[in-house]
Amino acid sequence: MNWKQLQTPLDDSALETMRAGERYLISGVLYTARDRAHRRIADIVETGGPLPFDMKGALIYYAGPSPAPPGKAAGSAGPTTSTRMDPFTETMLRLGVKGFIGKGKRGTSVRSLLGEYRAVYFATYGGAGAYLSTRIVAAEPVAFLDLGPEAVYRYEVREFPVIVVNDIYNGDMYESVLRRK
Amino acid sequence: MRVIDTKKITSSIITLIERASFEAPDEVLERFTSLRDAEEDETARATMEIILENAKIARRERLPLCQDCGSVVVFAEMGQDLRLEGAPFVEAVNEGIRKAYEMFYLRKSIVADPLRRENTGTNAPGFIHVDIIPGDVLTLTVMLKGGGSENMSSLKMFNPTASIDEIIDYIAAAVVDAGPNPCPPIFLSVGLGGTADAAMLNAKKAVLRGIGTRHPDPFYADLEDRIMERLNGSGVSGPGPLGFGGKATAAGVFVLTAPTHIASLPVALNMQCHSFRCEREAL
Ligand code: SF4
Repeated sequence: MNWKQLQTPLDDSALETMRAGERYLISGVLYTARDRAHRRIADIVETGGPLPFDMKGALIYYAGPSPAPPGKAAGSAGPTTSTRMDPFTETMLRLGVKGFIGKGKRGTSVRSLLGEYRAVYFATYGGAGAYLSTRIVAAEPVAFLDLGPEAVYRYEVREFPVIVVNDIYNGDMYESVLRRK
Repeated sequence: MRVIDTKKITSSIITLIERASFEAPDEVLERFTSLRDAEEDETARATMEIILENAKIARRERLPLCQDCGSVVVFAEMGQDLRLEGAPFVEAVNEGIRKAYEMFYLRKSIVADPLRRENTGTNAPGFIHVDIIPGDVLTLTVMLKGGGSENMSSLKMFNPTASIDEIIDYIAAAVVDAGPNPCPPIFLSVGLGGTADAAMLNAKKAVLRGIGTRHPDPFYADLEDRIMERLNGSGVSGPGPLGFGGKATAAGVFVLTAPTHIASLPVALNMQCHSFRCEREAL
């Protein structure tokens, strides 16, 4: 199977070579954020407070993991449905985020934003939370702990598997899969 | 008259949630293995392989099969010659949910109010359906239902004169539109007939018939085959495993029918993701 290796933080030259449908194993750092963490970050941007983590070149993982059992870095940690975060994507891109990991299709507006801001949307394996958990080597809570499963975590990952859904050239893996059939 | 202490219900709910969360049923894994073997596309085979591997890791490492540990849906079949003693039934069930989600490090995904959205912090309450049946046995079925697949549910009230082809078109379009969101291969559960509410409930119950079983009525067994062929057959636009392409969009189709009004033909769809978590016990 054809997996390419990818290191975070992502820089523009790495993004330029990526094409929809390619598979990567990511090593480095991801930040989890889902619905309410996005809402809070958007509110902070509006009111002008300090941001919860350095978002330049960051990779956001749309995930709300299960609690880590004793002796494990993380609980089950698969992706959640990405399109719910569409309304917040431009805010995140403006802050310098370079990639998003989730599951499912994005709206057309997000796809053009990805081209405009040069960022990539990846899918990972929905419902494979136990499998993905084994690729997380360390986890640290970063912000919004009152949100429980919706808090922001910093994950250190080794060979975390993803597929490029939307590249910076408006390619879309889900669409090309349907066309192929 | 047989008496059951509702403490037994609490402990049964705990056991059922534990099993469902960590142990994918054998018949589901067998089904996935044969779907994997039927895939020609390399990406699709790899996807099915990861789903199978996930089940092994979940069982071995006691990590939940999916981080969305679900809403707890409980189907209770209560023998009418039975009396319950102790805490109220609903309280006993919710106590089991609270304990299990804490004890097994499961994610708590329930908010107390749909608009104000404060997490209850316990994953309770469950969503409970009770049927009164003959006899003196209480059967509890626990289904852990993820949000991603539940959000792809739909209901359409057809004209009673609608053709079977129109109904199949509607079902196929709903599954294709849902695409990767319900984490295919899905177990597609269809409620036909009844009232709107009955159809939706049947769409949840249909899959309880058992993975790998055929509909007892040949007419509906044939309908299930046709829907399956439509979703997984060649030349159609099913999204395949996790929407990454391939044949296996559905892992099974389950129809449950009910009598209905002369003016109505409700068709309700509920999608079960590949993370099929459902366990049963008779008390
Ligand atoms: S749809 Fe099912 S398998 Fe996919 S993330 Fe939700 S609960 Fe998990």
